[in-house]
Amino acid sequence: MLGKLTLSAIPLDQPVPLVAGAVVALIVLGVIAWVVIAGHLPYLWREWITSVDHKRIGAMYCILALVMLIRGFSDAILMRSQHAVAYKAGGYLPPEHYDQIFSAHGVIMIFFGAMPFMIGLMNFAVPLQLGVRDVAFPTLNSVSFWLTASGALLVNVSLVVGEFARTGWWPAPPLSEVTYSPGVGVDYYLWAIQISGVGTLLSGVNLVTTILKMRAPGMSYLRMPMFCWTALASNLLIIAAFPILTATLAMLILDRYLGFHFFTDSHGGNSMMFMNLFWAWGHPEVYILALPAYGVFSEVISTFSGKPLFAYRSMVMATMAIFILSFMVWLHHFFTMGPGGDVNGVFAITSMIIAVPTGVKIFDWLFTMYGGRVRLTTAMLWSLGFMVTFVVGGATGVLLAIPPADFVLHNSMFLVAHFHNVMVSAVLFGAFAGYTYWFPKAFGFRLDEWWGKAAFWFGITGFVIVFGCFYWLGLLGMTRRMQHYDVADWRPWILISAFGVVVMFVGLVCQVVQLVVSIRRRDSLRDVTGDPWDGRSLEWATASPPPVFNFAALPEVHGEEAYWAIKSRAREQMRLREEPAYEPIEMPLNSPTGFICAFFSTLIGFAMIWYIWWLAAAGFLGAFVTFVVFAWRDTVEYEIPASEVAKVNRANRSTRLEALHGAGQRRAA
Amino acid sequence: MSGAASPASVTVLRGDPYHLGHSRDGHGESRATGRGTGGPSPKRIIVAYGFWIFILSDIVMFASFFASYAVLQGGVSDGPTGPEIFDLSRIAIETALLLLSSFTCGMASLALSARRMLLFQTAMAVTFCLGAGFVALEAMEFYDLIQRNAGPSRSAFLSSFFTLVGCHGLHVSIGLLWLLTMMAQVLAKGFRSDIVRRTLCFALFWHALDIVWVGVFSVVYLMGSIT
Repeated sequence: MLGKLTLSAIPLDQPVPLVAGAVVALIVLGVIAWVVIAGHLPYLWREWITSVDHKRIGAMYCILALVMLIRGFSDAILMRSQHAVAYKAGGYLPPEHYDQIFSAHGVIMIFFGAMPFMIGLMNFAVPLQLGVRDVAFPTLNSVSFWLTASGALLVNVSLVVGEFARTGWWPAPPLSEVTYSPGVGVDYYLWAIQISGVGTLLSGVNLVTTILKMRAPGMSYLRMPMFCWTALASNLLIIAAFPILTATLAMLILDRYLGFHFFTDSHGGNSMMFMNLFWAWGHPEVYILALPAYGVFSEVISTFSGKPLFAYRSMVMATMAIFILSFMVWLHHFFTMGPGGDVNGVFAITSMIIAVPTGVKIFDWLFTMYGGRVRLTTAMLWSLGFMVTFVVGGATGVLLAIPPADFVLHNSMFLVAHFHNVMVSAVLFGAFAGYTYWFPKAFGFRLDEWWGKAAFWFGITGFVIVFGCFYWLGLLGMTRRMQHYDVADWRPWILISAFGVVVMFVGLVCQVVQLVVSIRRRDSLRDVTGDPWDGRSLEWATASPPPVFNFAALPEVHGEEAYWAIKSRAREQMRLREEPAYEPIEMPLNSPTGFICAFFSTLIGFAMIWYIWWLAAAGFLGAFVTFVVFAWRDTVEYEIPASEVAKVNRANRSTRLEALHGAGQRRAA
Repeated sequence: MSGAASPASVTVLRGDPYHLGHSRDGHGESRATGRGTGGPSPKRIIVAYGFWIFILSDIVMFASFFASYAVLQGGVSDGPTGPEIFDLSRIAIETALLLLSSFTCGMASLALSARRMLLFQTAMAVTFCLGAGFVALEAMEFYDLIQRNAGPSRSAFLSSFFTLVGCHGLHVSIGLLWLLTMMAQVLAKGFRSDIVRRTLCFALFWHALDIVWVGVFSVVYLMGSIT
């Protein structure tokens, strides 16, 4: 009846996961109880859970990502503290548990921290920057989000029901085969990633269609803001790369569940094929995450330097060059696994070539700031911090791309330092820059700058301490994924890196405090005009938060930096552009389809993990019925009357006009 | 007003004096909607375009299975090789059924644009029968192989064979389910524009599966029978 699931799946003998799980469960239950008792449930259901508005979905992606980043960071704290005490001793985390922690840390950070954060920012900002009302397929967007949330839920369920994978964040066979990993850990990994992977793929289809087919009148490709270009490249990569991951994990599932021989190394199977297939997805994935972050930095640096992006076209070319090249370097992830000197040589060269367009980008950002009036806001600090630290990470990457050097450094802490150096400084700093930059657009008030800057300084200081030590530990010969060690030379650096995590933790606390303080002081931080940073692209042409239809009339674009042109004209003429002829607007109706689908896919995932076949079949049936019910709807849109559109737009126009005149008077005085 | 960061406090800079990489005006692009500067495309284009992109991603997935088949083709272990198990006459019938079903699916699309209900339902029903015949023949092939101890767990070659061919078969089966749903929808709701768009997406899907089958037929069965 319940497959492999028995009460013994709950690890009553292991206090750490149980206490952690209990705390998480208490927090979740507490939040749910508060929502229900305070009567917020109908509001949440109506305005958020069933919402198909790209802005709401984007915000929910980012909230999911923030929560998961904290979860992933707590794994990091466990690992650093384990190392701090595991010198010539076992430490407090037994090996089988420590293995789960470093696996969960990687999976959560990549799939449920970085991915949703980037997709959330793209979801939020791209339609606004393109000057349109929503993404191409709004309900599909909601399905995508809830499938991602479903995957995140499954990973967290593994904390208390069963176990998580002990294989590392990529489940390399034959270790991940049922012979060596008989438990449910790898199955949790496989089903969580498959489900959220479908969500990511659909989100990629959605955003590519939006960017290529839905842009405001006049917005040709070479007038799109840079963030839209990087979003296009990133989502094209999702479409081209994620199906490979789906296929690869499907093969591993067949190996584990039905005794197939794809990667078993017996009966003709070939475990190296997994490495090739996995990294054929895995390296593009690096750029799926990094490219949108580059886009954020481009927007932030241009806005806060008060200048157009330097050499826009070269930035477009660099973005698309990275998009192509990212598919040609996957083998550098396993130089040491015997491809031979010639093959290694080819991939070493392609890996080094990919540093060229990235270097172009760095210079473009530098020259954007050159001669500009740079404002050191929190978002700008994150961007500057990125440029400084990322260059180091990129340089160590070029070093690792040299096969002889890689033979010495592979799977060492030097490698761990390298990929954290690039991923944290590009993706995480980019996420925080974007979060600070677009927060006022999403919620109508800015984030507190003092706490934001504190979060930045603690965050980057801790980050440099931790991973500086890791580089050195790697050179001292420490390999990754060690549960304990007995080399006296490593000990001081391990202790310093543990201290670095404490500093990063202070940064995290500042980040949380910033949010709380900003919500409490929201009235004084209010963004009344919709243009708090003196922005240059179209998202700043509408109110903060934007009305559900984004723009009362689709803006006409006459050149690059669409909003800057509109604003400059308004400043010269001291009046706003002509009021548009208001027309009624049709918007898609909210739908619980996404939420219900995710409910059923969670059931399917959980049932497959525990071999509860009837429940899996019921889940599939439920998901199909949900789709048919959705397809059977007769009304799919509702109309917002022209008078309502006019009212909303006029309110924003009057505050903008006030600001314009205020500025004019100040200039005159 | 919102303090230091307000537009008021910022002097308008002239911008990048060299204007590198920026063109002054116009890009000679067409006024066509969607791909040029004419604003968003109509819904019909957006839906079909998005679905095309989804099909492309599906084809990437098939490509991964093709690649793994190519790698593992020689991994027969102690099991049978391709020529020992492929029954080309059955495959010929399967191919004929699927290609014919694409023809009838095309007929259904024509009936759809002509808004002729009876012709549409007939063509879709024939498509369903042909597709179901294909799936049945494939299921028989799989059943026979498993009976002869040539199931997917016998060797890596058979694993990749069953997965590649089975993945296509699974797609066709899901297509059949979709087909029935569209027949019911058109019957119940008529030729409403959103339902027409959906039916055209189904047709795209069905034809794409045909193209994949041509690949399966050539790479697995034809080339496999030669060696």
